[in-house]
Amino acid sequence: MSEPTDLVRIEDVEKDYRRGGEEIPVLAGVNMTIPQGDFLALMGPSGSGKSTLLNIIGGLDRPTNGAIYVAGERVDTLSDRELAAWRARHIGFVFQFYNLMPTLTAEKNVDLPLLLTPLSRSERQKHVAAALAVTGLSHRAKHFPRQMSGGEQQRVGIARAIVTDPTLLLCDEPTGDLDRKSGDEILSLLQALNRDHGKTIVMVTHDPHASHRATRTLHLNKGLLEDHPME
Amino acid sequence: MRIHWLNWLRQVVLVTGFSLRTIPERKGSVAASVFGIAGVVAVFVGVLSIDQGFRQALIGSASANIAMVLRAGADTEMTSGLGREDVRVVANAPGLARGTNGPQASPELFVIINLPKRSTGTDANVAFRGVEPPAFEVHRQLHILHGRNFRRGHNELIVGRGAAAQFAGLDVGSTLEIGRNHWEIVGLFEANGGMEESEIWTDAAVLQPAYRRGTSYQSVLLTLQTPEAFDAGKDFLTSDPRLNVKVVRQADYFAEQSQVMTRLILGLGISITSLMGVGAVFGALNTMYTAVSARAREMATLRALGFGGAAVMLSVLLESLALSWAGGALGGGLAYLAFDGYRTATLNFQSFSQVAFAFTVTPSLLVEGVLWASVMGFIGGLFPALRAMRLPIATALRAS
Ligand SMILES: Nc1ncnc2c1ncn2[C@@H]1O[C@H](COP(=O)(O)OP(=O)(O)O)[C@@H](O)[C@H]1O
Ligand SMILES: [Mg+2]
Repeated sequence: MSEPTDLVRIEDVEKDYRRGGEEIPVLAGVNMTIPQGDFLALMGPSGSGKSTLLNIIGGLDRPTNGAIYVAGERVDTLSDRELAAWRARHIGFVFQFYNLMPTLTAEKNVDLPLLLTPLSRSERQKHVAAALAVTGLSHRAKHFPRQMSGGEQQRVGIARAIVTDPTLLLCDEPTGDLDRKSGDEILSLLQALNRDHGKTIVMVTHDPHASHRATRTLHLNKGLLEDHPME
Repeated sequence: MRIHWLNWLRQVVLVTGFSLRTIPERKGSVAASVFGIAGVVAVFVGVLSIDQGFRQALIGSASANIAMVLRAGADTEMTSGLGREDVRVVANAPGLARGTNGPQASPELFVIINLPKRSTGTDANVAFRGVEPPAFEVHRQLHILHGRNFRRGHNELIVGRGAAAQFAGLDVGSTLEIGRNHWEIVGLFEANGGMEESEIWTDAAVLQPAYRRGTSYQSVLLTLQTPEAFDAGKDFLTSDPRLNVKVVRQADYFAEQSQVMTRLILGLGISITSLMGVGAVFGALNTMYTAVSARAREMATLRALGFGGAAVMLSVLLESLALSWAGGALGGGLAYLAFDGYRTATLNFQSFSQVAFAFTVTPSLLVEGVLWASVMGFIGGLFPALRAMRLPIATALRAS
């Protein structure tokens, strides 16, 4: 039984990778809930399974055992095709290296997830303009990724992630490739999205500076969440 | 459901578009694949244009209302023989068109002579045909381009333009020495690209004694009033006890004549292009594998955003097909520019004489070439496409 405010519920999630006949346990029974409106930082040493957990929450990977519920729906048992449609509807991803289409302008990149919706062209344009405005990039709409700084590219990445108004925003080391100043700006943007727009955010990071911006931090170590992490 | 499919199609089109846009970044590999396929298609179309041209030369002039009378059991004019009396009876067959000389029945004598080829100087066979006046009514498409027709009873001859182009010493005005005979070349003729253009013609009455043929001929060509008159005429001639002949439609005769050559060319063409095709398929495979690995993260990103794996797969296949169509069009165009209309001659295996013809690149050949290219593109794209679809998203995102 979960609280009605729990947006994400993770039950006994295990993940093993098979490498050359050997089973490598990455997640060893993770249990957690993420309430609506949370800004959760997932910390832990490199290789502790942070990205793996994030990918499983976002339906990019499947757990070996356990169950994932998002907004009351069990996700890990959906077919690949259903999962793709589910991601389009519910998840916004922000990547460490932005992962923008180099041949598309900022606005076209932001438009991408909307192409999977039945919205008309003019409706899409409105959403794109709004997302670019929120991320402070309206003046860069017609620019290509290579013409922008890393911080600006990541703002495009965030605009693309929020343009469909997803249930959940998942960020994997969103400041990992940025200098301190640009990283701070990105973190402020995420904070604003959480505080002012009510976005539920899960952010993987190994930077304590970044995790301080979140409302809550969980530590992953050797495939398990630590109950009482050391500060 | 409709929305669903439109959405899916839109995904395919979009992802293919993204992929095609990145071609400039991998132009080396893409060009290798396109040129590989273009080469195969060019050779394929080139070789088959020989067959087309050859068949057109043989069959093109065949007319539905022309029948050919040969001695029973003869497959070619070479092995046939008909006496003067046979010819007279044949000319009485029902259903023949009438001309200024009576029924349009053209008895023809056919000998093979040796002449040096212009290109190599080596001797090759030429058909030397002796004809009577009705020949110019039955071979209606024949007309003199240069000079004049031969006069009856004189050692004069006219040459087809194919023969004149292929063999040395066949210019109008010059004299041809064959054995003890001298022949004056008085005219050059064309016959709408037909077989006659590869031949030399003279008066049968002069050719008969020159080759000790007495009063015999090889065949009689008949013009029928209508194509439907063939069966009645054939029955009449084959049931006449005085005759021992067979009657065939001209088109059937030519088709049979071209078969040996057609089989040879098709066999050669298909084996060469299959071998080359294997190479081109590996080129295409390599190009698409390169594309898939270069774009793995991009594809994974699109799938993370909600694009379907099947759409990604199909886009790889479509790109490979698009490249193959470019290659096919390029190869077909090259073959057209290089080969179409190129005139040459080859041995007609049944009569062992040289047949002049032009490589003929037909639209249907070009279509076949593009189909060939599509097969290569499909195979070259299929396995990389499957790899693109099977690659786990999380793994592809990790490999940055
Ligand atoms: N596809 C895979 N195959 C095998 N091992 C993997 C795969 N993906 C991740 N791993 C392993 O799982 C562990 C956790 O990886 P990851 O979740 O990326 O850690 P983090 O993001 O915390 O650095 C690492 O040891 C990594 O090598
Ligand atoms: Mg990671």
